[in-house]
Amino acid sequence: MWDWTPIRDWLSGYITPYWTFPVLTLVQALMVMISIILVMAVYTLAERKVIGWMQLRRGPNRVNLLWIPSLGQPIADVVKLMFKEILIPADANGFLFRVAPFLALVPALGIWAVIPLRPEHAFANIDAGLLYVLALTSMGVYGIILAGWATNSKYAFLGAMRSAAQIVAYEIAMGFAMVGVLMASGSLNLGDIIHAQRGFFGWNWTWLFPLFIVYFISGVAETNRAPFDVAEGESEIVAGFHIDYSGMAFALFFIAEYVNMILISTLTSIFFFGGWLSPFDGLLASDAWLAQPSFFWLAPKVFFFMFSFLWLRATFPRYRYDQIMRLGWKALIPVTLIWLLVEGVMVYGHVGPWKGHV
Amino acid sequence: MQGIRNFIKTFLLWELLQGLWVTLKSMFQTKITLNYPEEKTPQSSRFRGLHALRRYPNGEERCIACKLCEAVCPALAITIESDVSSDGTRRTTRYDIDLFKCIYCGFCEEACPVDAIVETRLHEYHMEKRGENIMSKDKLLGIGERYEAMIAADRAADARYR
Repeated sequence: MWDWTPIRDWLSGYITPYWTFPVLTLVQALMVMISIILVMAVYTLAERKVIGWMQLRRGPNRVNLLWIPSLGQPIADVVKLMFKEILIPADANGFLFRVAPFLALVPALGIWAVIPLRPEHAFANIDAGLLYVLALTSMGVYGIILAGWATNSKYAFLGAMRSAAQIVAYEIAMGFAMVGVLMASGSLNLGDIIHAQRGFFGWNWTWLFPLFIVYFISGVAETNRAPFDVAEGESEIVAGFHIDYSGMAFALFFIAEYVNMILISTLTSIFFFGGWLSPFDGLLASDAWLAQPSFFWLAPKVFFFMFSFLWLRATFPRYRYDQIMRLGWKALIPVTLIWLLVEGVMVYGHVGPWKGHV
Repeated sequence: MQGIRNFIKTFLLWELLQGLWVTLKSMFQTKITLNYPEEKTPQSSRFRGLHALRRYPNGEERCIACKLCEAVCPALAITIESDVSSDGTRRTTRYDIDLFKCIYCGFCEEACPVDAIVETRLHEYHMEKRGENIMSKDKLLGIGERYEAMIAADRAADARYR
């Protein structure tokens, strides 16, 4: 959030300018990564609190930190998980069993490279950012499938198979929703996608409302969250793919799942709610303080969608497996296809906010 | 017509939105959970918790080893052995209650002709070792001595309903 030039100059005195860029990028990447993990830690607490409140309970309130009730709960959980032994079943494929948690976590963190967290800034401001996002969100399923397979347990394998079928089904609807965003903005660069949206009612959510709904539902299904959490399905297959993981190995899956939820929330805000654009953009004078694009406009949007994840989980019972497949293939994909057609006609006829391009 | 309306309702996620509204409302309602160790629910004077054996105010044991409680106990949790004591009265030499067998029905208390065995309000107790579940006569008398004021007050409060 500040100018890095003085630090770069200071660093140039010690190492060659050739190395300052990678070193500074590494530092920035670590800063973002640690912040995301911290947000994720508080998010696990928020989940238990919010779901507790919705069920007229209080949620965890025993571990106080800095005089804030239960803020120490995530730390207590992490400490507990760190001291637990990581058991590797005798029949498991040891190598894949050890690698799978990383395969789940690394793509989840890797996507943040192209996310423009603040105006005109992303670590990798690449033109094919949308494709990169699509590719890496699909990568996450490898961790789940390999975990389920390498465990060599029937429950874990069932969980992995369910997860694979579900993610394949919802990946298509998600991809189509992204195509709609692509048509609206005319660019695969996430920064340009944000810039193509103008004013609160010019953001993509008004004209692409069905795609927004489809995208968020697919996002919930992608991350294996309730009501689409058949891959875990505690009541049927115990814990699904991570049944035999304990300690920090389990924690890595846990982190990956929650980071993915934060990521889907961020992408939804970027694609459909104007990312770091201000909702007062266009209503107030362009130099007004409230109309400035900022990280602090992105954060509330992201937090709202993160809350929605918890809200959905507290409200809906788990879908049956065939219902999930029916919703994915027979409801979401037709809706996206029809809306893509409508949108194509609108773009072709210069209706709506897309008067400028094509 | 009804079918079309249902289809539109399903398509617009109407019932799902209703469900979301219910959970959102309940999120801001007063919570019903108590912070247990600090806050406790009100307790009746008839609460049936841990057992105790009482004494008369002069220190004499109330129990006369009639074994009615042993006979009435549906879980066979009570074991009594009796003998003639030094002053020539009939007294128990052994009075054991197995807390694992006990179902806290209160029949022993009802059966007792001299109000010797009672169930107190104590319910926050635990066992750490094997064998601690057997409440021996000494332990029962000890509880009775320690909580006599509470026990007597509870009996007095309940007396008019008996």
